Amino acid sequence: MKYETIDHTADFGIHVFGADAKDLFANAAFALFDLITDIDTLKGVNEHKIRITGDDWPDTMVNWLRELLYLWTCKEMLVKTANISYLTEHELTARVNFDPYDPDRHEIKNEIKAVTYHQIQVEKGLLGWESKIIFDV
Amino acid sequence: MIIELKNIDEYRWELPKTGAMRVPGIIYSNASLLKDIKLEETLKQVANVATLPGILKASLAMPDMHWGYGFPIGGVAAFDWENGIISPGGVGYDINCGVRLAASSLVEKEVRPRLEDLINALYQNIPSGVGSTGFVKLSIAEEKKVLKEGSSWAVMHGFGEDSDIEHTEDEGCMQNADPETVSQRALERGRKQLGTLGSGNHFLEIGVVEKIFDKVTAQAFGLFENQVTLLLHSGSRGFGYQVCDDFLAFMTKHVKKTGFDLPDRQLACAMIQSKEGLRYYNAMACAANYAWANRQIMLHRSREVFSRIFDMGPTDLGMNLVYDVCHNIAKKEYHIVDGKKRAICVHRKGATRSFPAGHEGLCEKYRKTGQPILIPGDMGTASYVLVGTKKAMEETFGSTCHGAGRVLSRRAAKRAGKGRAINRELEDKGVLVRCAGRSTLAEEMPEAYKDISQVIDVVHGAGISKKVAKLRPMAVLKG
Repeated sequence: MKYETIDHTADFGIHVFGADAKDLFANAAFALFDLITDIDTLKGVNEHKIRITGDDWPDTMVNWLRELLYLWTCKEMLVKTANISYLTEHELTARVNFDPYDPDRHEIKNEIKAVTYHQIQVEKGLLGWESKIIFDV
Repeated sequence: MIIELKNIDEYRWELPKTGAMRVPGIIYSNASLLKDIKLEETLKQVANVATLPGILKASLAMPDMHWGYGFPIGGVAAFDWENGIISPGGVGYDINCGVRLAASSLVEKEVRPRLEDLINALYQNIPSGVGSTGFVKLSIAEEKKVLKEGSSWAVMHGFGEDSDIEHTEDEGCMQNADPETVSQRALERGRKQLGTLGSGNHFLEIGVVEKIFDKVTAQAFGLFENQVTLLLHSGSRGFGYQVCDDFLAFMTKHVKKTGFDLPDRQLACAMIQSKEGLRYYNAMACAANYAWANRQIMLHRSREVFSRIFDMGPTDLGMNLVYDVCHNIAKKEYHIVDGKKRAICVHRKGATRSFPAGHEGLCEKYRKTGQPILIPGDMGTASYVLVGTKKAMEETFGSTCHGAGRVLSRRAAKRAGKGRAINRELEDKGVLVRCAGRSTLAEEMPEAYKDISQVIDVVHGAGISKKVAKLRPMAVLKG
């Protein structure tokens, strides 16, 4: 399982899993766009490069998802997959494959308005990595 | 952490000062509402806010409070203007999310036969739903004028009348707005969304004045029984979200440098009298002005629709703006604290201003009565018009509640709504619904919210605002 959703009175959140840190961050991207649209309808023919930095793991996670959300809210890009090429606690570079939004082809399921720091968690556990993130909707 | 509340009186509970709290918490509620909420988390947030530098008197929570991120929703906190902080999390993402009410000269029996046409026409003319874009396309240069001027930009461009500005909180403009403080991303996000309702809990509602509690004040507000009204709930759209998001990131970094020990990252803040603090205050004002222009444009469009459907000119139709209030904001105001008049920064996150008669911040018309306060309920029940009081100035920095407040998470509401035709259920109650989003209706169904009448009884009973009129919904357009 890549992720599950978690309940929050005002908004909703995701609990993401990954075999390693890169896998976790790629799955967080998947979770975000899985909530926004039906990922199966995306082809991911276009490519876009991302580089972000952060103060620690939670900050890097928030900044990563924030950057992806920016691609959607401002550039109308719907991301199908994310390939993380480099990742440390303080820096991430990735290539994402996306479709430009087409109202006739793509259904928008949820309006995710922001990625919050509220109760943010990014942890390496015994069985792999996991993270909890709450979105404002 | 177990939090014990001490009962003060029928409507107030104290959250005693412990640990790093600088002041106590004070909760406005009643015994039954206190049972509804996930109390522990919300109270912890009330306590967290009480730890922030420069907080005055108490960390306050209104009866519609619920768990937010960082600050609770329904929270009011005032900070010393010279030695206190300002926090984007204390305002919320949807900066100047607010409500405006217009009162027509029509009565229910004149509107009922044309109700379906009316709501359909509104649905066609007011862009709503996820990512909706407006008919007002702005260049970046023009957008900056909107950010600077707020409601008057809209009126100057033909969307409304001068009296609308007078009947808007702060005349629809925070003077300190500085467009140079906002990011390119925020400008980009806001450029195409002016004049749009948005999604989630935002709505436009045609209602009818069902009951008047205070005849004299209602008359001064221009309200009478059976009168048809228009209530509009929306905010600063993607623009405000981006401003909040940018400054949360910026202040998270800033906090590390200053060495504030924050119990939650979402409480990131800066001293108001710092470059960072003032920068946020001036950027937030841009979003506040965007929201006022946004609601002004939608009111104007709605008036045009009413005019067409009922074939009436503006004078006969009425549709006068009663008032426009914001419920997510931080503002410099003057209040008496410990017997002295002081400049403070009042954060209202899911709380409404409640200025009394005689307050110099009110327009002439409402200086005699106190300001109108608009409290939307859920879409099946009722909304209320209240008036501001002196007691609010004494106890809550001139603040009261803002709505019903959620009890069910969106997911829980969807589960509860599964297999049900919410729109049919509402129609059976006499409420027509048009909704852009597939899942919005279930997420926003009446059971997802607290009982609005209980919330109103608390603020009325506690005296931090007084009941004037009750509105019953006839038709609702949801985002």
